[in-house]
Amino acid sequence: MTQTTDRNILSLRNVSKRFGGLSVITDVSFDVPAGARMALIGPNGAGKTTIFNLISGFYQPNEGEILLESRAIQGIPSRKRIGLGVARSFQNIRLMPHLSVVENVMLGQQARAGGILDMLKPLSLFGRSAWHREAEQLLADMDLPTYPGEVVATLPYGVRKKIEVVRALAARPKLLLLDEPAAGLNAAETDNLTAFLKRISETGVTLLVVEHDMGLVRRLCDDAVVLNFGRKIYDGPTATVQDNPLVLEAYLGPRHASKDRQGAAHVA
Amino acid sequence: MSGYWTGILTILSINVIMAYAIFLPVATGQLNLGGAGFQALGAYTAAFLSAVAGQSAWATIPAAMAVGGVVSMAIAFPLLRTRGVYLVLATFAFAEVVAGAILNTSELGGAMGLSVPEYLDYPVPIIAAILVTLFVFYLMATRFGLTMRACHDDDVVTDLLGVSIRGVRVAAFAIGGALAGLAGALYAHTFSFVEIQSFNASLSIYVLLYVLLGGTQSALGPLFGAAFFTLLPEVLRAVLPQVKGALAGLFGIQGALSPPDESWRFVILGVLTVLMMMYRSEGLITRTLIERLKPGRHPASATVEEASA
Ligand SMILES: Nc1ncnc2c1ncn2[C@@H]1O[C@H](COP(=O)(O)OP(=O)(O)O)[C@@H](O)[C@H]1O
Ligand SMILES: [Mg+2]
Repeated sequence: MTQTTDRNILSLRNVSKRFGGLSVITDVSFDVPAGARMALIGPNGAGKTTIFNLISGFYQPNEGEILLESRAIQGIPSRKRIGLGVARSFQNIRLMPHLSVVENVMLGQQARAGGILDMLKPLSLFGRSAWHREAEQLLADMDLPTYPGEVVATLPYGVRKKIEVVRALAARPKLLLLDEPAAGLNAAETDNLTAFLKRISETGVTLLVVEHDMGLVRRLCDDAVVLNFGRKIYDGPTATVQDNPLVLEAYLGPRHASKDRQGAAHVA
Repeated sequence: MSGYWTGILTILSINVIMAYAIFLPVATGQLNLGGAGFQALGAYTAAFLSAVAGQSAWATIPAAMAVGGVVSMAIAFPLLRTRGVYLVLATFAFAEVVAGAILNTSELGGAMGLSVPEYLDYPVPIIAAILVTLFVFYLMATRFGLTMRACHDDDVVTDLLGVSIRGVRVAAFAIGGALAGLAGALYAHTFSFVEIQSFNASLSIYVLLYVLLGGTQSALGPLFGAAFFTLLPEVLRAVLPQVKGALAGLFGIQGALSPPDESWRFVILGVLTVLMMMYRSEGLITRTLIERLKPGRHPASATVEEASA
């Protein structure tokens, strides 16, 4: 890697992760340029979520470095990383079920509100605090109503998926990691989400997106990294990912790799 | 007011404060079955300072809160490493250690107990209970309260969002300990006598029940739980003889009857507890219930449900 890291918000350098004897990530390196919309794709079990868990600090790598704006962060506790500008969503929605929509978004602001005074000022007791109004504004900006008082456990799936993204945005991250944001959404909801993510990207936030819906990946992301069995097999433009023999083999098996090029679009 | 009612209001006030003492850690997802131990710390601190050192209640009450708070903060660090049923057992064991230590300390009266010279009448615990209730409502409306509830729902994600889980849990546990110390001091000064048998395992269990059955999602829950379970035995005390009379009438039995046995009240209490656990395991007062009871909320939630259908 001779390329300078200044333009890259995130770089993985020879990262490996093992669980017991099982190698889940093997020697993975890639760069995410600042402002990019990059996809991280691969078959189930390829290690995509594990990469997110390594970046957000939920796991420690066994080998290699994770650089955020050229600074190694693998030793920094998970709790402090969101303050450095990395926020994420989860493959299975992990909003706080007993909190309201606005409360979940206010929780997302936590990285910017660490002081004791911020902790002890009421968020909404006699009227709304600045934090509360900001959370409502963010929801409105993203075309989501506040669902006053409703706890999120009662809201539809597609709405909760978007709220999780808004909660991550409330930290004002530089880099947003989205783990299968369109999973479980219908075609209309996926279109809506794609537009929503484009708007987020236009505000300057870098997106790294794990997604199985290749339609969304092609519409949203210019570049893609493909993982298979924990190894990087492709790193380049999204447009040509389906022509790559290694990628076809990963998705379709070695025998079909040469014949069925179209198929990759559907299974990917 | 009659002595009977002032007595009940005093107990109710102390129970409300205790319920909040246990609610704070429980709201962060940490069950505390050591309530009696923390209350005993406060009660004996106040009793000792009043009886032996001749201090006034203005000094004994803050001292009791400080002892409750400092001791619980000190034990919170090792204690909160344990989880689930192990934490429940650890807090329970802590209460037993406190009881054992007091029983074996002759300066604290040992098994004989201590008389408390300064008497405080019922308005003091009532005012204290109101202030504590307002304080907990305030606390739950702050960002600290928000992070407490978040730790309860999902501590892994709460950590990733930048919250110090340990800091929040230790703080909630310590503030709870200070409140239990306050409840203990009020007990000492209103009952004028402390003996360790009053701070037994069933007190810890009852207080935890107030909280779990009242509901842990909002500060209203412990208030309702404590009120319900403190007043229910009194209501049953009044109602049971009439029920027995009516039943006797049904079977054609006439004449004077012995009043029903006291223990029936606790049987009914136990049955109600089991039923609540079965049919309303999140407690009496839930967030959803509060929202449903607010006027003007229905149209919004109805549209959401239609949209999802
Ligand atoms: N904590 C863990 N312990 C053991 N194995 C794990 C753990 N986390 C993930 N894995 C394994 O790592 C592999 C990759 O998982 P994951 O990153 O979730 O894949 P993907 O998100 O690409 O579908 C899977 O085989 C999974 O079973
Ligand atoms: Mg995954």
